[in-house]
Amino acid sequence: MIIALLSDIHANLEALDTCLKHAQANGAMRYVFLGDLVGYGSDARSTVEVIAKHAAAGALVVKGNHDEAVEKRTGYMNESAQEAIDWARKTLNENAKSFLAGLPLCVREEKLCFVHASASFPERWDYIDSLSAARKSIETAERAHTFSGHVHDQMLYFQTGVGKIGSFRPVPGTPIPAKSHHRWLALVGSVGQPRDRNPAAAYALFDTTREQITFYRIPYDHHAAARKIREAGLSETLAYRVEKGI
Amino acid sequence: MLEKLTPGTELDGYVIGERIHSGAQGVIFSVASPTGGGPLIMKVPRIGRGETSESLLNFETEAMILPTLSGYHVPRFVAAGDITRTPYLVTEWVEGDSLEHWLKGGPLPTADVVRVGAAIADALHSVHLQDTIHLDLKPENVILKRDGTAVLIDFGLAHHARYPDLLAEEKRFAAGSAPYISPEQVLDTRSDSRSDIFSLGVVLYEMATGELPFGLPETMKGMRDRLWRDPVPPRSLAGDVVPWLQEIILRCLEISADDRYQSAAYVAFDLRNPEQVVLTDRARKLQSAGFFGQVKRWWKARDYLPVRFQPPTLFAVETPIIMVAVDTSHPDDYRHPALRRTTSRVLSLSTEFRLICVSVIRAAHLVEGAGGIATASGLHLEHLVRLRHWVEPLGLSTQRMSLHVIESANPADTLLEFARCNNVNLIVLGAPGAKEHALAWWRSVASKVTANAHCSVHVVRIPVRNIRTDAKNHTGHPSGLK
Repeated sequence: MIIALLSDIHANLEALDTCLKHAQANGAMRYVFLGDLVGYGSDARSTVEVIAKHAAAGALVVKGNHDEAVEKRTGYMNESAQEAIDWARKTLNENAKSFLAGLPLCVREEKLCFVHASASFPERWDYIDSLSAARKSIETAERAHTFSGHVHDQMLYFQTGVGKIGSFRPVPGTPIPAKSHHRWLALVGSVGQPRDRNPAAAYALFDTTREQITFYRIPYDHHAAARKIREAGLSETLAYRVEKGI
Repeated sequence: MLEKLTPGTELDGYVIGERIHSGAQGVIFSVASPTGGGPLIMKVPRIGRGETSESLLNFETEAMILPTLSGYHVPRFVAAGDITRTPYLVTEWVEGDSLEHWLKGGPLPTADVVRVGAAIADALHSVHLQDTIHLDLKPENVILKRDGTAVLIDFGLAHHARYPDLLAEEKRFAAGSAPYISPEQVLDTRSDSRSDIFSLGVVLYEMATGELPFGLPETMKGMRDRLWRDPVPPRSLAGDVVPWLQEIILRCLEISADDRYQSAAYVAFDLRNPEQVVLTDRARKLQSAGFFGQVKRWWKARDYLPVRFQPPTLFAVETPIIMVAVDTSHPDDYRHPALRRTTSRVLSLSTEFRLICVSVIRAAHLVEGAGGIATASGLHLEHLVRLRHWVEPLGLSTQRMSLHVIESANPADTLLEFARCNNVNLIVLGAPGAKEHALAWWRSVASKVTANAHCSVHVVRIPVRNIRTDAKNHTGHPSGLK
């Protein structure tokens, strides 16, 4: 079965729609949303609606720090990020808010683990930005395959049978064998706000039968997404970042 | 699993034959396929109780990389078993002798060193073009086929730029064989394609002299010697090693990857075109640096020993060989400057490149009045002078380019063959415009080369300024021309 893994959508409906279409065309049978549905972008309401509809049809959704920020004030957001959260809080209806508030932080299945940040203390929103951070998450998850977001860049960490941790920057579109006798932690990148100077949306597909992960970069109408951010009166920085992929 | 595999037993339909090789890492059987076809081999790693996971990681690396490779220079992948239950790898059986077998008789004559060396360089180049670095090049991993081509086997230590490197953190056993590995491999770097060039240098050295440039080190300290020691020049070990061959070998063996050949295709080219090799001090050396020289090198190496090499992954596409076809039979042709401008622009796109300038002229004996050898060589020289005159404004160093005048009655086929043999990435040539009927013959050369080239072709044309015929087709007058 092919699972689509989408993270850090950040209220970018254009990017989400394009990735969902691509996933469907490539045989995705199951959808997992790895958190940060809102924040930064202007389409919080429609984004949550689309994802809630998928959840009703069986998709799995975990909570991200921006989703949490809608329900409670946090101290770590910068000004423009906080502005986008305030905007989301204003535009989301009660149903959407309670959907976000009810999301789990981490879900472990028989062989798979899904978490927005790190499986080790998911509520602390630690970034997986080093081999040691990856090791902590992999070893706490205790699953062959862990999928996360939070860090907006795509990255694949692995722990071989002898316990060593390695990392690899995936090449989009190349299926990578990820056999379950090793442990893998895939950071699937950001659908709605990539930051590697490439505005194309990022997500990944996991083929559970072949045990194969394919990372993708999908071009979408990012100018439209940026225009909507400006029209909503949100910070120019947020629009510019979507336009340039920074 | 291994103990169950006796001749006659079956595994996933493959009938096990004789045991061809049995090593620390695994066993190789000859097998018969259920669907027939050519002879096959099956590699089975040693795993299970008492076995290290080392052989499994090497096996897994090969099972991941080999299916992605294609071409004459690698064994054809056939099938792989499930790694957690029945790990095995089935590939074609490559008919031929290993280079190790060839070397049992001692050093090879120069002609063989050159032929075999160029064949191995071609094989490495083919693998590098597929984003893969072999990292374990040594005579036992080279099979020489009867047709003269070389096949590289055993990709258990290889690195592929598009796949995670499971061995990257496994320092104990991720490096290749001690006598052949590059200085950067000693320092745990596995992502530089120029490491294979160094190993090729060791293999060339061994073929030419029968000796190993850094001996058979058994300790880490012994392996680190190559970070500063310069090998004994091959010419002082084997009298028949010519200066240009020593130049090639020692350039491959440079400690810093930046000082080596940047592409295996360059090594193949120099081996096949010795007259084009630029000789430096490397060619003239008859002994290693003296005591003080060695101390100096050792002192210099101390500076970078603690720092890990951090080279960029340098793959063959970034080190192109560009071939430009120049019509020296018409030295005053108005297209020459345009061809030169385009060549200059193409070269400016890469920091590393080789330019091959070729002029195909009619065979001397076909030229009217050409009588003897003196006339033929005179004609050859005349065209060489014109070719040099054409290329001089580009201001390239002699190490970056070579000039070739080839006699042939069939220029298109000659250009195509020359480009293919020299691993050319891009052919640049001029062509007459559609309206230049008098030059139809030359146009047919350009179209034949474009249609049949193994690589990209850049056809240079001068835009036609006379639009009189086109204007006729317009119903009205072009604006402003009433």
